[in-house]
Amino acid sequence: QPSLQPSLCLAECPGTGSAQAGSAAACQGCPNQGLCAAGAAGPDPAEAAELRARLRAVQHTVLVLSGKGGVGKSTFSAALAHGLAADEHKQVALLDIDICGPSIPKMMGLEGEQVHQSGSGWSPVYVEENIGVMSVGFLLSSPDDAVIWRGPKKNGLIKQFLRDVDWGEIDYLIVDTPPGTSDEHLSIVQYLSASHVDGAVIVTTPQEISLQDVRKEINFCHKVKLPIIGVVENMSGFVCPKCKKESQIFPPTTGGAEKMCQNLNVSLLGKVPLDPQIGRSCDRGQSFLSEAPDSPAALSYRNIIQSKAENHCALSVLSTAAIY
Amino acid sequence: LPERSTNLLGVRHIVLVLSGKGGVGKSTLSTELALALRHRGHRVGILDVDLCGPSIPRMLRVQDRAVHQCDSGWVPVFVGQDRAIALMSIGFLLEQPDDAVVWRGPKKNALIKQFVTDVAWGDLDFLIVDTPPGTSDEHISTVEALRPYRLLGAILVTTPQ
Repeated sequence: QPSLQPSLCLAECPGTGSAQAGSAAACQGCPNQGLCAAGAAGPDPAEAAELRARLRAVQHTVLVLSGKGGVGKSTFSAALAHGLAADEHKQVALLDIDICGPSIPKMMGLEGEQVHQSGSGWSPVYVEENIGVMSVGFLLSSPDDAVIWRGPKKNGLIKQFLRDVDWGEIDYLIVDTPPGTSDEHLSIVQYLSASHVDGAVIVTTPQEISLQDVRKEINFCHKVKLPIIGVVENMSGFVCPKCKKESQIFPPTTGGAEKMCQNLNVSLLGKVPLDPQIGRSCDRGQSFLSEAPDSPAALSYRNIIQSKAENHCALSVLSTAAIY
Repeated sequence: LPERSTNLLGVRHIVLVLSGKGGVGKSTLSTELALALRHRGHRVGILDVDLCGPSIPRMLRVQDRAVHQCDSGWVPVFVGQDRAIALMSIGFLLEQPDDAVVWRGPKKNALIKQFVTDVAWGDLDFLIVDTPPGTSDEHISTVEALRPYRLLGAILVTTPQ
C-alpha cells in the first residue's frame, strides 16, 4: 500500500521555518520530517533581523504571480518597472526569483551583465539610473547553463537576493516569480514578511487551462494572507494589423478572467491583446511601451495601470506608472 | 539505484515531455501524443508530475474522477469507453479543484516517487510523463525514480521566441 494516503496527501507543508515544522499532520511521510522536527530548519532570529533591516528602505512591494507558466508575468513585470521608473525621482527594483528560467535579464536588455560585489553587498545591475535588476541570470557563466537545484538551494539564493543585495532606498520593489505554488513562492512570502507587501498582481490568459491554475494561485494568496491587487488577462484577443478583424486566439471558453474575477471577488485590472510587437520587444530587450506606445496593447497596459487607482491604495503604485 | 517496483515492468517505453519554459504546450502535446498513439492501437499511460498546475485531467475531460487503491498501489483513471488511456495526476487527489498544492520540494519528491512506483499501470506500450516548467525538484526526482526502467528519452517543447 502506498504510504501517502490520498486523504493525507493534500495536507500542506507548514513551512520549514514554522513552529509546527516536523510535527504537523502534513509532515507524516515527508522525507524532511526528521530535520524539521529537530529544529534544523527553524527560523533564525538574527537572519530575520537582517532581512528586516535591508527591507526597511523599501516603500512598496508588488509580487507578480500566476500559477500558470508562459502567460506574461515577466513581460508584465518588466513593463511595470519601466512604467514606474518613468518618474526619474522614483527608484525601482526588479527582482527575478525565477531561478530555473530567468527571463528578466534578456527582457531588460541586460544579457551578459554580471553582478559585482562591494563592501555593502551585491550590486544590482542598472538598466536606467533608477531601475536596478537582480536575477540568477547574471550569475551564470553561460546563458544556457541549467540551474538544476532542489528547493532548499533555491530558497537560499532568494534569501541572499533580499539580504545581500545593496538595493539602497527603493520606492518600488517588483518581484517576478516562476509559475507554481512552491518553494519560491512560500519563501518570498516568508522572507518579505519582514517588510510590507502591497499585494500581488496575478497574470493569466483567457483559457480555462490557465484559469484553472490561476484559481489555485488566488487560493494560495488567501492562505498566506497576501492581498490581491488584481488580475491581468494577457493574450486577450488579436487584432489583425491588415484587416483589423479581431480573433480569439485563446478563446475564453469559461468566461475568461472576467468571469473568474466575478466569481472569486477579485479585481480585473484589465485585458491586454496579443501583439507580436510585445514578443519582439522582449526578445530584443527593449521596453515595449517605448517601442510601440500607440499600439492597442500599450494602451491596454496604460489603462490597467490607471484603472481603479482610486479604489485601492496599493494601486496608487500602479497609477504612477501611467506616465507615458 | 532506486529499487525496481513491479508496477512499471509491463511498460515498454517511457517518454518524458519537457521544456524549461512554461506555457509552450507540454501538456497539450502529451495529450495529443497519447491520443495519436491510442489511435494507432497502442496502450498508453500518462503520468502528470506537474503537482502545482496539473492540466491533463481537464484536457481529457476526466477532471471529476477519483483514484482508488488496490493491492499493487493506486489504480490510474482510465479514459474513454475503451479505457485505452490510463492517467495519474495529482488533480485526482484534490478535494476541491481550486485547492492549491502548496508544497516544498521534499514533499513533492515523495509524491513523485510514489507516482512512479506505486501506480498499477498494467501493460502499456507507452508511458508519457508530462512535467512542469523548470529544472528542479520534480524533474530531478522523476528522472532518478525512472532510472531503473526503459526510459526512451525526452521530447522538448518550445515556441519560436
